[in-house]
Amino acid sequence: MPVLEILTKQFPEKIIETHDFRGDETALIQKDALLLIMKFLKTDIRLDFNMLMDLTAVDYLWMGKKPRFEVVYHLYSLALKHRLRIKVPIEQKDALVDSIVSLWPAANWYEREVWDMFGIRFQNHPDLKRILLYEGFDGHPLRKDYPINKRQPLIGPKN
Amino acid sequence: MSTLQVEKSEIFADPSGKELKRESMMLNMGPSHPAMHGIIRLILELDGERVLRSEVEIGYLHRAFEKMSESMGYLQVFPYTDRLNYSSPLINNAGYAMAVEKLFDIRIPERARYIRVLMCELSRICDHLTCIAASAMELGAFTVFLYMIKARENLWNAVEMITGARLTISYMRVGGVKADLPEDFEKVIRTCFKETRHVLKECHGLLTRNRIFVDRVKGVGVISKEDALAYGITGPFLRSTGVDYDVRKDAPYLGYDEFDFEVPVGTTGDNYDRYLVRMEEMEQSMRIVEQAFQAMPGGALAVNLEGKEIPAAEMVDEAKMGMVEGFQHQFVTLDPTLEGSTKFYFDRIQAGNKSASLPAKENTYGNIEGLMQHFKIIMDGHGYEPPKGEVYQAVEGGNGELGFYLVSDGTGRPYRVRVRPPCFPIMAALPLMLEGGMLADIIATFGSVNMIGGELDR
Repeated sequence: MPVLEILTKQFPEKIIETHDFRGDETALIQKDALLLIMKFLKTDIRLDFNMLMDLTAVDYLWMGKKPRFEVVYHLYSLALKHRLRIKVPIEQKDALVDSIVSLWPAANWYEREVWDMFGIRFQNHPDLKRILLYEGFDGHPLRKDYPINKRQPLIGPKN
Repeated sequence: MSTLQVEKSEIFADPSGKELKRESMMLNMGPSHPAMHGIIRLILELDGERVLRSEVEIGYLHRAFEKMSESMGYLQVFPYTDRLNYSSPLINNAGYAMAVEKLFDIRIPERARYIRVLMCELSRICDHLTCIAASAMELGAFTVFLYMIKARENLWNAVEMITGARLTISYMRVGGVKADLPEDFEKVIRTCFKETRHVLKECHGLLTRNRIFVDRVKGVGVISKEDALAYGITGPFLRSTGVDYDVRKDAPYLGYDEFDFEVPVGTTGDNYDRYLVRMEEMEQSMRIVEQAFQAMPGGALAVNLEGKEIPAAEMVDEAKMGMVEGFQHQFVTLDPTLEGSTKFYFDRIQAGNKSASLPAKENTYGNIEGLMQHFKIIMDGHGYEPPKGEVYQAVEGGNGELGFYLVSDGTGRPYRVRVRPPCFPIMAALPLMLEGGMLADIIATFGSVNMIGGELDR
């Protein structure tokens, strides 16, 4: 059975939308069901997504999509050799989503990067701090309303 | 807290058996340290020479690749991808090109496909040579470094022959590659490989059973299969633990399934296994290149141009004025740097999709249609608009799965470009391998990670 079919059957009211553009299977899910669905994807033997390949986010401000952010997860199953993209829409006001570090330790640094670049916080993350930029950097640069030409002086430790 | 205090407490152990207070020492390794290739900072807590805890701090080479990519056209991103993994820039180029092609749904011509495979494998060999050379040098094997860099130099010269640059190559294009291979390229590569194989044999002799080297790397920096998978580690690093995951085999792209090659795996996941896996992978890459030369469709397509009429579209502007005499024998002279991207080669290496691939250079310079097509693709806001959507394309980079995630909003600029850098998860798992080990082993372990600042920090 295809991955998306299994998923929609299991969580009919938690899946917002599914699509399959150029063969990339994608499911938009509700934020409150993230941990539940991720755990299912990881443990169900028909799916067996044992690797978290990538975790990132997209800011849809310029495309006018509501809600503004989407956190994007790319999963891969080593045994069954299939991939799945999970997307979680997030409001700007309430930019907080459950951390999945407990399922995949790989999420630790990826989530830090999303926090750094998009300002989306992750609940129950063990150590949520900036990763590529420095503490004291003002703003989150991959947000679309962060001007590309903006310069910030690189600061050392404040005296 | 200083080194002295710790030493004192050990030297003057209390004879009454009362336990003395032991203090650990904090040590910064990097950001500017000869063994931290690229720039990275390891914050270590040491008990004597033993590492108790460690933390990795990255971001010193952050260049806002993703932000910049969002502000320019799809084609303009290519030069930036060169600088992601600067040891194997061709693979980055190919990965990005394939992601855009997936968005457009373009099929590239056969010859271009083989050229890409060939160039990617050359790049992989360069990458592994650099990695082993540098990490061996840090362990004191300077000869190995010189030998391997010599071999890499030959390969880079070959790459330069085709792309015009050693490192900042920008060779791939959406829909194909920039230029065809020179006539005698196979001979050049065969000579290079002969040299490389000789170097690899010598380095095997120098390292593989060398007591000093083996003692430094065997059983050091061990990571278990389970940990490696949990951290999302891929590439030679994962394979050294015994998992045979290779994107080229498991999700074949560019027709890698047609080639006969093996995926070497290790057993213990230590530095020694990673060294062996990389050594074997270079041999396998050379096999792939040799097969690519065998299977590459020849120059049959080139006959089209010789002696045949020039298509109407190309002669239209001069013909309009009735200047057709001797027209067929006119050739546009091209700058030598554009060699290989002329019409003679173009059909074989470009998809010919007018909305995505550039015209042959004579057309750009020689007639209005070519110029317009070129203009439409290059100028911002004209043409080159993929459908709305999102794609993820993975290729096997030097360090593991290199993924490009593109989001398109239907305009000429990518809405979001995300790179999944293969050494990012490895660096995240680095503390697992360092903690409990010795300070000096950090050099060996870190060398086997093959951290590339360009792709790690983007």
